[in-house]
Amino acid sequence: MQLESLYQDIILDHYKKPRGRGLREPYEAQVRHVNPTCGDEVDLRVHLVDGAVADVSYEGMGCSISQAAASVLHELMLGKTVEQAMSTVDAFTEMIGSRGQVEPDEAVLEDGVAFAGVAKYPARVKCALLSWMAFKDATVKALAAREVSAS
Amino acid sequence: MTATQIVIPSGMPQYADVARFDVEKVRADFPILDREVNGHRVVYLDSANTSQKPRQVLDAMREHFELHNANVARSVHTLGTEATAAYESAREKVARFIGAASPDEVIFTKNASEALNLVAYSFLNASLDKSGDPRLRVGPGDEIVISEMEHHSNIVPWQLLCERTGATLRWFGITEQGRLDESNVNELINERTKIVSLVLVSNILGTVNATSRIRDRIREVGALFMLDASQAVPHRAMDVVDYDADFIAFTGHKMLAPTGIGVLWGRRELLAAMPPFLGGGSMIETVTMAGSTFAGPPARFEAGTPPIAEAVGLGAAVDYLTGIGMEAVAWHEKELTTYALEALPTVPGLRIFGPLVPVGRGGTISFDLDGIHPHDVGQVLDAEGVQVRVGHHCARPTCARFGVAAMTRMSLYLYNTTEEIDALVRALGKVRGVFA
Repeated sequence: MQLESLYQDIILDHYKKPRGRGLREPYEAQVRHVNPTCGDEVDLRVHLVDGAVADVSYEGMGCSISQAAASVLHELMLGKTVEQAMSTVDAFTEMIGSRGQVEPDEAVLEDGVAFAGVAKYPARVKCALLSWMAFKDATVKALAAREVSAS
Repeated sequence: MTATQIVIPSGMPQYADVARFDVEKVRADFPILDREVNGHRVVYLDSANTSQKPRQVLDAMREHFELHNANVARSVHTLGTEATAAYESAREKVARFIGAASPDEVIFTKNASEALNLVAYSFLNASLDKSGDPRLRVGPGDEIVISEMEHHSNIVPWQLLCERTGATLRWFGITEQGRLDESNVNELINERTKIVSLVLVSNILGTVNATSRIRDRIREVGALFMLDASQAVPHRAMDVVDYDADFIAFTGHKMLAPTGIGVLWGRRELLAAMPPFLGGGSMIETVTMAGSTFAGPPARFEAGTPPIAEAVGLGAAVDYLTGIGMEAVAWHEKELTTYALEALPTVPGLRIFGPLVPVGRGGTISFDLDGIHPHDVGQVLDAEGVQVRVGHHCARPTCARFGVAAMTRMSLYLYNTTEEIDALVRALGKVRGVFA
């Protein structure tokens, strides 16, 4: 059944046992992103140390896709340099927006490849991207905050 | 389904007296109900969102384009005359359908949202004009009353009006059972109230609101009364005189007609007192570079080329519904609602929001399933061919009232069957299999 490509075991596992959930200190930037069509929300904090992602903490409500995507994001980003993190976000965004046309690179996206099936469900694309866009936004803000405090 | 073993004394209304129709015959008029979705025959339970269209409506629109297409209200040629006659005949049909005193009380809009905005903007425009009708002028100290049960389209226009004029927006709450909380009606509606705008049938809880007590209070204080009847007119007989409202809004696409056509009905004398809303062609009396004067209603409120073929489609939809009979439509939906209210709670972990009895409610039922997010519920249902709406249903305050961000909603119409409710219940079992 097609549905199984959407609800892969990896997604259900992250949904039922979310990694890194909860808002933590310290952090340089916090953002709230919402999906106005369904009312899903995520509050997300980014903590950077020496140009690398030291923590991604989040709280929110949403469907299994949006919750699992936040959990995968957390797992994937820890320890990455900001540059690596941003290119991973780009790879994830490209895969999700591809309507199934882009073959994902498992070396880059790890558990994130499980979301390849989401690309075939246009109505769910925003669910998968909610926390990832919040992360991108928060990281940019965290970098800007640091520049301000450094200058 | 009904308790036929109970003997009703003769002379009393019998079950057999109830108006009925052959649902299979009706279904045959809706080509889309034969298609498959994800390998299953489609089960369409999303008519509160938009209804499906019978062949008769599609045929009427095609015939209009193929034989009578021209612009309305400005042509002397044959086609223009025919198009105008078709457009105005749709207005007459709608007027008869809702018991309006005259077709001139029926204004065609784009949808119900535009109809609601038209009235809200009439208040704003009258408030900007010192000679505006005092019933329509609002400012600081004045109050506008809505309810927590409204669709966003009956919240946001009034919020905007209040922000722009300094008037105060107030609202009825919702009881735990999903009914309007009328306990403070005498305080809520008072001498400061200028208009009360209420949903007649909730698009999310299915509640049919009792209006007579509220209407009496509105008349006592001399305010105006508007009903958002978007979820009412498609499903039950409407008589604007019975409701004694000043305005009602509804939309074509929820009542078998195409998208792009809605209706504002207003009392003729009030419409005549209202300033123009959108300016443009067809709504004027005379135009000079120094200024313009305006046509009377309904033309005053129909600037530009209107949705002509859509009006023809709405007229055909009204004919279709009238042919079946709104009493029969309402009874069919009442039976299905009764069935659904008994069948849904057999799914473990299912909680219905709104009235649990098929009295004072329509065939729209929202629920939670074991805390599983409605998007996930809707996705698995779709894999089984079952089409429902998920999300906040453009009624976030109602969701917030019940402490959830979103709900799953099934909604019924004249073409639905008990078998389709069974299919929904089976599919909900599969949802639990995936997520529970």
